[in-house]
Parts: sequence; C-alpha cells; structure tokens
Amino acid sequence: MAYTAHRPHPNPPAEELRARIPGWGVDLDPADRPSTPMLRFDPEASGAHWELPDRQPEERPREHSIEHAGVTPVFGTAQPLHGVSGAIRRYSYERFSEARAAHWLLLIAADRVEFAESRVTALLQGRPDNPISETGIRAELKYGGIRSRTGRNARRVDTAHTWIDPFLVAAPWLGGAALALAGRSVLRRTTRRRPQRAS
Amino acid sequence: MKAMTYRGPYRVRVQEKDEPRIEHPNDAVVRMTKASICGSDLHLYHGMMPDTRIGHTFGHEFIGVVEQVGPSVQRLQRGDRVMVPFNIYCGSCWFCARGLYSNCHNVNPNATAVGGIYGYSHTTGGYDGGQAELVRVPFADVGPSVIPEWMDDEDALMLTDACSTGYFGAQLGDIVEGDIVLVLGAGPVGLYAAKSAWFMGAGRVIVIDHLDYRLERARTFAHAETYNFAEYDDIVVHMKKITDHLGADVAIDCVGAEADGNLIQHLAAAKFTLQGGSPTALNWAIDSVRKGGTVSVMGAYGPIFSAVKFGDALNKGLTLRMNQAPVKRQWPRLFEHIRNGHLKPSELITHRIPLEHIAEGYHMFSAKLDDCMKIVVVPDAA
Repeated sequence: MAYTAHRPHPNPPAEELRARIPGWGVDLDPADRPSTPMLRFDPEASGAHWELPDRQPEERPREHSIEHAGVTPVFGTAQPLHGVSGAIRRYSYERFSEARAAHWLLLIAADRVEFAESRVTALLQGRPDNPISETGIRAELKYGGIRSRTGRNARRVDTAHTWIDPFLVAAPWLGGAALALAGRSVLRRTTRRRPQRAS
Repeated sequence: MKAMTYRGPYRVRVQEKDEPRIEHPNDAVVRMTKASICGSDLHLYHGMMPDTRIGHTFGHEFIGVVEQVGPSVQRLQRGDRVMVPFNIYCGSCWFCARGLYSNCHNVNPNATAVGGIYGYSHTTGGYDGGQAELVRVPFADVGPSVIPEWMDDEDALMLTDACSTGYFGAQLGDIVEGDIVLVLGAGPVGLYAAKSAWFMGAGRVIVIDHLDYRLERARTFAHAETYNFAEYDDIVVHMKKITDHLGADVAIDCVGAEADGNLIQHLAAAKFTLQGGSPTALNWAIDSVRKGGTVSVMGAYGPIFSAVKFGDALNKGLTLRMNQAPVKRQWPRLFEHIRNGHLKPSELITHRIPLEHIAEGYHMFSAKLDDCMKIVVVPDAA
C-alpha cells in the first residue's frame, strides 16, 4: 500500500452531509465559535460589577493551599475540618503544595480515616449506617441487574472487575473485624503468659 | 432541608441538613427543581477524589428557583427560574477577565489548579452541591442565568454541564470541514461532543464504547459510526484500519478517570486510587489520532499522576487541549442551536427519580443498569 499526500477514501461531500445531519456546518467557521479565542480579555462580559470581590467573613480558620497567597475572597463552608481526619488534612494543606504527591495521598488517607470516624460516631449516637439503603443495592432488583449484564449487554467489559466492589464496600468492616479479632488474640496471649506466683 | 450526603465510597443517603444561608453579599440561595447525576459524580461516589468529606452533598448540574438573594445582587430576584453553570466563579480575576471561568482564582482556597465547582469535594472549594432541596449559589450576578421562557427545564438542566462540556470539547478539537473526529465514550458528554462535531463540519464522526445500548444512542442521537471496543483485540489498530492507516484528525476523550479497556489501569485508578485516573481512553486517543492531530480531553481526572503516554504524543507532534468547560460562554450559541431545532439535549435523559431514592440512582448509574444514560433527580415534593 502506497502512502500518498491525500486520504485515499475522501469523506462524503458537504451537500450530502448537510442533507443528512441536522445542523451540519452551523459552526463551520473556526473563528466564529464561542470558545475562540480561548483567552479573550473582556472583563465586562462576565457581569461582575466589582474589581475585587468583597471578602466573605471567615468565621473559623479556613485551610488553604500554600500555593495561594491566602484564603480566597469566597470559599465553601461545607464540612469544616474536625477530628483526626481534620488534623491530617490541616497538616497536608499547611505542609505540602499541590505539586507534591504527599499532599494528595494524605488527603486520601484522611478521607478513609474520616470514614472510620463517622461510623464510630454514628454507632455512639445510636444511628448506625444502613448498608442496604446507602449502597442503593436494591436497584439491582428494581432496574434489572441481571438483564443489564446478560443477553445483548453481555459484552460489557466492566463485569471483569465489578465483583471487587462488594469487597471494597465491605473492606472497612472486614478490616475492623480483623483488628478486633487480632486485639482479642493479643489480649488472651498476654493474659495466658502472665507468670504464676510461687506458692 | 433534605439533601443527598456522602457516607463513604459507594454509599450515599438522604438526610436532614441545615439550610444554606447568604454568606457573601453576592450570594443567592436557590431552591432546586431539577438536578442530575453526572458521570464525574461517580468519581466522588467511588472515593477517587481527594478530600471528599463525609456529609458532602454532590451535584453540579441543577436548575431551580431563587429563594433568597444577598444585598449586592442586582440581576436576580426571588422567584426567578434559573439555570446554574457547574463553575463557581467571580467574573473579575485574571482568569475570569479572559473568559476562563472554570479557572477562577477567587473561589477555591483548597487548590490553585482547579476553580470552584458545586458539590465536587473540598479540592474544588468545599461547596455543597445541587442534589438537595436548597443550594448556596455564590456570585449570583455572574454564574446563574434566568431560563428563557421558551426553554424546556430539562434542556436547561443539560446545559449546566454535560451538553456545554461536549460542545466545548468539540471546539477544543479545532475541527475543520471534512475532519475525521473520533469520540471516546458514548456517555452524555461523548454524544453531545459527537453531535457538536457535525456542527463544526466534521466529515466523519466515530464513537467507541463497550456498552451497546449507548452505541445505539450514538447512532440515533449523534448520527455517528460506532464500534464496540470489546469486539476487537486492539481497538487502536482497528481505528487505523478504518482511517486509511493515518488515524483520525481529532480525538476527543469523553471518558476520564474510570476508563475501562485495560484492567490494570482501571484497577489502579478506580479501585485502589494508585493514580489520578485510568488513562486508557486518553492513551487510545493519543494513539488513534494522526500525526499532527489534536486530542481534546473532556473526561475528568484526579489531581495525582496518571500513566499517560506522553512519549507518543510528543513523537506524533500532537496538540493536546483540555479544560473544565467555561459553561456560560457556550450558552448563547447553544440556545440558538436548541431554538433552531438542531439540538434537543434532554433526549438523552432516561430516568427521573425522587431525591429520596438517590442512593438507588447512584448504584444504577454506577453499574449501568436498565440502559441508563442520564438520571434526573427531582425534589420529593415535585
């Protein structure tokens, strides 16, 4: 096969495409598209009627990236830092920039710690989480779990790994149970090894 | 108020939360009338996005009615029916002044690499999202727009992210008349991108995915030529074969962090959080596009490293273009396309569920049950 200066199989002509595809070519001119040019200096276009926005009151110390000069004028106040996970997050924000993997890995670790914190808190408050309703697993029955993965849908490739999901969901509970068993075993061993006093 | 809240990976519930209040003079509080679950919400749902806190309310696609406005708000009033772009932005910083609304520097103290997004973890600013009865909407004079009288609510809802993002993705491809455009991923963003590619004069539009029901939609909604990558030993070789062994002129990644097609990459990213995202679709885009071609990235990836094939991108002389979509820049033109009948974004909505059942909605969307494409959430009273 010879490689030449033109595609050997040209596409259908514009007239044919315009007739077949609704809206074909309505944005044909690359210069007349909403995101061209990408950078377009026009401060009036946004509707902002301030040069610098008013500062939102900071009712409690707000964590921020050390790549910023400080806390931005406006920020979210959902879920403030708390507990051990909060301490890990604060350390991550204060110590590492966004450029460092440690920053993100600590934040992910804090997410998992907070998960454990929230479960313990829920138990102590007498309002334990409900894994059936929270995982939405009833959708498997309601929306054809089997039908969606068989027949004409049998070729989907995600079935190769979806079996892992229940283990991921159960992992914190299994981990907690393993820790509890290990603790009990250590306690028993320690009790048994206590030296007998000579009579 | 009732709100969806995150309870850890693969778990969400609806619970009572404090109502949002005006925290800044240009804030509004919006009563949500419709919200939707986006593919990128699944990255949060699966625990992939760093600093996703327990109790966070997701939802960056929503419309509603203005309930309350702050003292400096001039353009909205109580009772206005508004559509809210997923970007939170000030409109006046260095980036906003240049139209990069998704890169605003004044709204996200937690990171400089990303702007503010509703309900998308503290990495994007720590704002609760729209899968709740009420939402705090910062910079009410800049972000939200009153929905035109003639526009259908569900079309407006799709414009708050998915449709605008797909349209933006096609623009980043710098498509010229006659181009062969390859779209990876037949989810809503992919199908809107495929449809938009025709608007820009594409000569051929090819969509690949592994879900046949979505590929069927790609043929009917986006008039695309489709291939199921599960049928091919190596989809890149097939893409070369069907493009005269040159490759596509433009490739658009509309999959992002949880791409399937390479089990190791998927497990490393989506199950064990060892990389920011599974770059399988992006790598296929790099390898399937012709030398000197353009790759546009609309799929969302996490902030940590991903195993992307930059060597091939360099050697092929590719142009890589990407950003979170500056949604509101797209609206005037998309309004025209809807009004002229070229586009009906709500055609991709397959399910409508009450907020109370959102946990089932997340599972359905995550597991791709019941030929699910797009789920709309309505408040229980609606």
